[in-house]
Amino acid sequence: MKLEESTRLSGETLVSFLEEMLLIRRFEEKVEERFRAGDLSGFLHVALGQEAVAVGVCRTLKTDDVIASTHRAHHHCLAKGMTPNALMAELYGKVEGCSGGYGGSMHLYDVANGNLGANAVVGGGLPGIVGAALAFKMRGQPRVAVAFFGDGATNTGAFHESLNLGQLWTVPAVFVCENNHYAESTPSRDHMPIVDLTRRAEAFGMRSIVVDGQDVEAVHAAATEAVAHARAGNGPVFLLANTYRLTGHYVGDPQVYRPKDEQRDLRATQDPIPRLRELLGVDVDEDSWSALEAKVAATVEASVEFAKNGTDRLPEDALLNVYA
Amino acid sequence: MPEITYREAVRDCLAEAMRSDPDVFLMGEDIAEMGGSMGVTQGLVDEFGKERVRNTPISEAAIAGAGVGAAIQGMRPVVEIMYQDFITLSMEQIVLQAAKHRYMSGGQIKVPLTVRTQGGAGWSPGAQHAEQLEGWLCHVPGLKVAFPSTPEDARGLLWSSIYDDNTVVFFEHRTLYPIKAEVSDTLEPIEFGKARVHREGSDVTIVAIGRLVHVALRVAEQAAEEGISVEVVDPRTLLPLDEDSIVNSVMKTNRCVVTHEAVTRMGFGAEIAAIVQEKCFDYLDAPIERVGSRFAPIPFAPVMEEYVIPHEEDLMAAVKRTVARG
Repeated sequence: MKLEESTRLSGETLVSFLEEMLLIRRFEEKVEERFRAGDLSGFLHVALGQEAVAVGVCRTLKTDDVIASTHRAHHHCLAKGMTPNALMAELYGKVEGCSGGYGGSMHLYDVANGNLGANAVVGGGLPGIVGAALAFKMRGQPRVAVAFFGDGATNTGAFHESLNLGQLWTVPAVFVCENNHYAESTPSRDHMPIVDLTRRAEAFGMRSIVVDGQDVEAVHAAATEAVAHARAGNGPVFLLANTYRLTGHYVGDPQVYRPKDEQRDLRATQDPIPRLRELLGVDVDEDSWSALEAKVAATVEASVEFAKNGTDRLPEDALLNVYA
Repeated sequence: MPEITYREAVRDCLAEAMRSDPDVFLMGEDIAEMGGSMGVTQGLVDEFGKERVRNTPISEAAIAGAGVGAAIQGMRPVVEIMYQDFITLSMEQIVLQAAKHRYMSGGQIKVPLTVRTQGGAGWSPGAQHAEQLEGWLCHVPGLKVAFPSTPEDARGLLWSSIYDDNTVVFFEHRTLYPIKAEVSDTLEPIEFGKARVHREGSDVTIVAIGRLVHVALRVAEQAAEEGISVEVVDPRTLLPLDEDSIVNSVMKTNRCVVTHEAVTRMGFGAEIAAIVQEKCFDYLDAPIERVGSRFAPIPFAPVMEEYVIPHEEDLMAAVKRTVARG
C-alpha cells in the first residue's frame, strides 16, 4: 500500500523504531554467537531481516492485545514488550527466563504483555488466536488478537480452518503472514501453486492488505489499518508482509538450497535497518548512530550477563507446571 | 430422587453451567438446532442462543483450537467432537497446544477447556465411527481424561471438567445415552481421581470403564449365581487415576480382570495391569486378565463387529479363568 501523508510518522517515532529494530538485530547476532560458542542448547531460529514486520505491527498494539508467534519468535517477543533479559535468560534455560526455562526459543511466553506464546508447530497458533478473539468479542472487550506465521503455514489445514472460522464469526483478529519466501528450505515456488497469497484470504471473503515488510513505516501504517478494522468489529484482516530472511532457517543452516549470492544480494538490497536509516537522513547522523549502537550493544551484553548469572533449574522441577 | 438418562445428565449439566456462568459456552458441529448428532445438546440453543451454542464448520482443528484460545482468556468452553474417531483431526490442538501451554509457559497459562466426545461400537457404522481412543489421550501429560458410565457420574464429572483449570477430554459412550438411573436432586460435582465401587465382592475385582461397567455388573450377577463374588470398580476418571481404590480392591479379592471396549493391546487396561502387579504382586492368586476388543479396526458386517468387541461371555470366561487358578 502507498503511504498517505496522514500515516507518516514523526522522525522521533521512527528513530525509536530504528532503535528497536537494531536491538533485535544485535540481539539475534548475539544469539548466533553464543550458540556457536556452545552456550545455548536447542534449536534456534533468528529473525535477521524480519525486524520491521515485528516492530511495525506490534507498535500498533496495546498491551492487552494478544499475539501468537512462531518458531522464529525473538523479534515478535521483543517488539511486544518482553525484556531482552527475560528472553536471553530463557535461551539459557534459567528460572528468570520468560518461560522459566520450560519453553526455550520456540516456546516463549509473556502473558502480562499479551504474548500468548511462540509456537513450534507451523500454523499451530492460528486456531488459538481465533479463540482468543472470540472471547474478546463475546465479552465485549475492545481487544485484538494477532497471529504471526509464515508463507509455509498457509499450506496447513489449521490456516484454512482458522481463516474460515475467524471470518465466519467476524472475530477481531489480524492474520499477519510474514512471507519470507521460504518454508524452511523450500522456496515458495516449490510449495505453493500460486504466487499471490492474498487469494487464499480472498477465498474466505476476508479483507487483505499487502505491504513491503522491509519498510517499517509502511508496515506500521498497514497494521494500523488492519487492527482498526478488526477492533471496530468488522472482522479479521489478512496482512501480507513480504519480507526476507537474511540468514538460514536455523542457526547453523548451511543453506545448500539457495544460491550463494542470494543472501549477499538480499543483505545489500533488502535490509530494513539501513533502509530506515536512509529514510531518516540527517535525523540519524554518524554520532547518533554510534550512540544508538553503543546503547543497544550494552543492553544485549547486559542480557547475556543477566542470563549467565541466572538461577539454574533443578532437574526435578521438570515435574512442576504439568497441571494447574 | 429423579431418574434421568445419561444423555439428559450431560445436557442438564451443560444447561446448569451456562445458566450460572456467562463464561461457559458450547461449540461443535450441528449442536444448535439439530442438537448434536446424538441429541445431547437438544433445546440448548433455544435457551442460550446461537452466540453460546455455536454451530461450527466441519473443522475439528479449529473447533478444538478456538476452545484453547478462548479458555486461555479465562472462558470455560465446552467443545464437542462429534465422534471420537474425529478427535484424530484435532489431536495437534489438544496434544501439542491444550496439554502443553501451561508447561511450556512455565505456569503462566491455564487452559480450562472441556472436549466432549462420544463413540462406541455395536451399531455397525464401520471402522471410522466406533473406535474407543481414550488410551491415546491418557498418554499425554497435561491432559485429564474422564469416562463416566452412569447418569450421576456423567453429570457430576462434566461439571468438574468444566471447572477444572486444565483441559479435560470427556468420553461418553454412545450406547449409554438412553440408560436411565436415579440421580441426586441437585447436581453434585464429582471429584476427579475417585473411583466408584459399583458392587462389592470378595473373589475377583473387575476394573471396568464406559459400557463395560454395565457388562461387568451383569457378569457379576451371573457369577453370583455360580457362587463367585465379583467386585466391580469403575475408575470414572482415567487421568488422574484412583490407583488406591483399585489396589485395595485387588488386595481383598486377590484376582483382577480389566475390561474396556478399546483394543486390548496397548490399551488402558495394560496400565491398570502394570499398576496392580507393581503395587500388590504378592496378593495376586492369578494372572491379571484383560478383556477388550480384538486387534482389528471395527468391521462393518454385524457378525464381524460382534466378534471383535468384548461381550458378557468374554468377561465371564476371564473371571472364571482367574477363579480357577485357586
